[in-house]
Amino acid sequence: MTKQSSLFKVDHEDFRDENPFMEIFRMYLKNYSAVLGLLVLLLIVFISLIGPFIYSVDPFEMVWLPFTHPGEQGFILGTDYLGRDLLAQIIHGGKVTLAVGCSAALLSVVIGITIGSLSGFYSGWIEELLMRITEFFQVLPTLLFSMVIVALFGASLPVITFAIGIVSWTAVARITRAEFLRIRELEYVTASRSVGARDIYLIMRVILPNALPPIVVQATLMVGSAILFEAGLSFLGLSDPNVMSWGAIMGNNRQYILQEGFVLMYPGMAIFMTVLAISLVGDGLNDSLNPKLRKR
Amino acid sequence: MIVPVPVLEVNNLKVYFRTKRKHFFEVHSHIHAVDGVSLKVEFGKTLGLVGESGSGKTTTGLAIARLVQASSGSVKIMGKEVLGLQGEELRVQRKHIQYVFQDPYSSLNPRLRAGRLVREALDRLKIGHTTERSIRVNELFRQVGLSREHERLFPHQFSGGQRQRLGIARALASHPDLLICDEPVSALDVAVQAQILNLLRRLQKEMGLTYLFISHDLGVVQHMCDEIAVMYVGQIVEQADRISLFKNPMHPYTKGLLASVPSADPNRRKKTQIQIYGEPPSPIDPPLGCRFSSRCQLAEERCHFETPLLRKIKANQKVACHLI
Amino acid sequence: MPDPILSIKNLTVVFKTRSGDVPVIDDVSFSIAPREILGIVGESGCGKTMTSLAIMRLMPEQGKITSGSIRLSGEDLVVASEARMCGLRGNEISMVFQEPMTALNPVFSVGEQIAEVLKTHQGLSNSEAREHAIELLESVKIPLPSQRANDYPHQLSGGMRQRVMIAIALACKPKVLIADEPTTALDVTVQAHIFELLHELRDQTGTSIILITHDMASVAEMAERVMVMYAGRKVEEGPVEEILKNPLHPYTQGLIRCVPHLKETISPERKDLHEIPGIVPPISHFGRNECLFAPRCCFVEDRCLNQRPLDSKRAAKHLTACWQENTNFEKVFA
Repeated sequence: MTKQSSLFKVDHEDFRDENPFMEIFRMYLKNYSAVLGLLVLLLIVFISLIGPFIYSVDPFEMVWLPFTHPGEQGFILGTDYLGRDLLAQIIHGGKVTLAVGCSAALLSVVIGITIGSLSGFYSGWIEELLMRITEFFQVLPTLLFSMVIVALFGASLPVITFAIGIVSWTAVARITRAEFLRIRELEYVTASRSVGARDIYLIMRVILPNALPPIVVQATLMVGSAILFEAGLSFLGLSDPNVMSWGAIMGNNRQYILQEGFVLMYPGMAIFMTVLAISLVGDGLNDSLNPKLRKR
Repeated sequence: MIVPVPVLEVNNLKVYFRTKRKHFFEVHSHIHAVDGVSLKVEFGKTLGLVGESGSGKTTTGLAIARLVQASSGSVKIMGKEVLGLQGEELRVQRKHIQYVFQDPYSSLNPRLRAGRLVREALDRLKIGHTTERSIRVNELFRQVGLSREHERLFPHQFSGGQRQRLGIARALASHPDLLICDEPVSALDVAVQAQILNLLRRLQKEMGLTYLFISHDLGVVQHMCDEIAVMYVGQIVEQADRISLFKNPMHPYTKGLLASVPSADPNRRKKTQIQIYGEPPSPIDPPLGCRFSSRCQLAEERCHFETPLLRKIKANQKVACHLI
Repeated sequence: MPDPILSIKNLTVVFKTRSGDVPVIDDVSFSIAPREILGIVGESGCGKTMTSLAIMRLMPEQGKITSGSIRLSGEDLVVASEARMCGLRGNEISMVFQEPMTALNPVFSVGEQIAEVLKTHQGLSNSEAREHAIELLESVKIPLPSQRANDYPHQLSGGMRQRVMIAIALACKPKVLIADEPTTALDVTVQAHIFELLHELRDQTGTSIILITHDMASVAEMAERVMVMYAGRKVEEGPVEEILKNPLHPYTQGLIRCVPHLKETISPERKDLHEIPGIVPPISHFGRNECLFAPRCCFVEDRCLNQRPLDSKRAAKHLTACWQENTNFEKVFA
């Protein structure tokens, strides 16, 4: 027995990856484009949060003539159709854009996980009902539906966030449901049930943590698409007039797109960079969370 | 004399699953996964449940543990009926029956450290308070041949055999009356199988455990079990003590099954020849009569129409065959 | 003994891993005669499957044959071109896998899949190939072969699928058939039929068979000669009866003794099974100049830890790689 127990000793050489989170992080660091995406994203977040304090020009104040070109008169990115500082607008707009993107994504993830997990865990009428609801939202024309909501309840930030979140949760629900359907058949769920776990414990503590990787990836990408969605709504004029967002800048200046393209190009670039960075992060997370690739 | 209560007593257990209908007006078909199984396991003994894939042996185990819903029949644990239990009563009852799963890879939650995994049963069923639980987990790790430092590791850091030890530790945590071992070694390497089988036997001796041992491997069953029930398409065709079954199998299916097992023993090998041809009938609405009749070389007219009952032939041997 | 059809000499396959290059097959030599059935036994991770993949030249990317030769009727497969290998695979050497469901393509009927092999390797026309495919299904004893040929893999039972796999493997009358755990996923009653079928096909076609398995009993049932592998090395080789009666390497002895065999006589008392303590060493230990079984061995001495034991001949055709001359073995079978 003594000999045997020495053989069962943990071989630390082979098991140095103690913490799975560290392993995921190490895998992530190996993916250069994902690291680049993360750095860009962090920079954008940093600028959006700190920028307004450093570059303290009011984005709503008319500071000079309209359509001052970039670099002229000390305006790095020029001015918009009302003569407001474009750089200040972009810096201030970042915070709002990111906030709307994140909270809309959060909302859709919460709804998606709730509906997806319940419909994946229970079979029978709960599943049927929830799947019909999901299908109803899937077939709705998303942009039109959110425009209706904004038109009905007014273009304020919470309403816009809600309008984006409510139309985009179906993807999360589908992924969550698929994972739940797969994982609920695994023996460790049965094992947990056999030691007296209740349904709510099985859903929240056993299945959901194991289902999270693809949901995390989807949620990340969702932030990007929510930002695009917000820009789309704003471009159509459905933005909160009291706050500045990148989409709103583009929406405000959209009549001048042919004459003074730069006014739309810079906020467009900002959106593009952000969404691209988020996509790279999402892809990186996908690779590092995917256990099949992790083996390599 | 006081007759001791058997740890497990199963009577006429049936588990039917509905098949999916192709259209709304179609009548549901039923898969007769378990069709009238009766068993009894005495304290400290091991009952083997053998059969090929699709024989319903795993479903029987799951139904006894209330992990799939039985359609009818009765399951008594220490004399207490468990099939009717619902909700909180059922949850508390679970500590009396525990399950060791076949696959040591999918039966352990990959996100929990080994210590937490084993502790789960104690936490969920609120057995003992916090420090007592930790002491119990420690003790369990020692009993199954793992050390204290293993508690901090995640399942993927263990070998297959060690994972199965974890599965056994988890099952033993709540001091169950009955341990259902569902193919506990078939996913392991042969050398590791021996380690786990010895462990199970040692634990049984030390702790007075009662096992329902489900396996397709007749060599393993022969080594582990005191009594053996042979299942075929949802029914028990023969049930006997270990020596009688292997020395003198009576049902044609048991005979054929034993003859099919390859053997390293040259003396045994000379005598065996294939006796079973064809494939088992579908368990979806199975026909009347003996379910083995379609493959039985001895089948007579009545075998195809009359269902044979499990009859006592000898003191320790019951067979369901018209011809015996 | 006739000239071997397949002879492997000092084969070494190296794997690139995080901790450097490790030999997953380490200086392994063996050969197989025409019509012979050779069993390769060992636990998982011992290089059994890798050996067969090396013969087929189908190793995963990170694996590379670094030395040795694989001669199939004189031709060295190690240096053969990829095009040449494509011509040989399925034609001269073929393989049957463990899981017949994943090895068959679910979108083609089994008849089409067999016919495909015949069309590629033998240039038969569509109708000829189909006719021949039905004959092959008949030869592997599938009832109503002309109807079954139109079935898709999911419509067949596990045993039937494995028969189809065997039919595909034997379509071009290969010289060597490698069967990698062909019955592990099947029930024993089906296994018995597959073994009988393989025996009959060998007798009819003269194909040599390499049976890879973890089960000594299957080897005893099927093979004439057996090779035991451990940690990428051959540890023992000899005729089946001889090895079962008088195994010399402690690992072989352990493999035989740790299994609860079904014997002719059943004894009332049951002893504990013999245990081989521990597990197969991790791949990073492979290739060290020592006996890799030493940590699990009860006969271990200093020499075992300092030098790798080489094959030594103990009896006619009986080789073992162990420093111990006397590893006494308590007989398992009367």
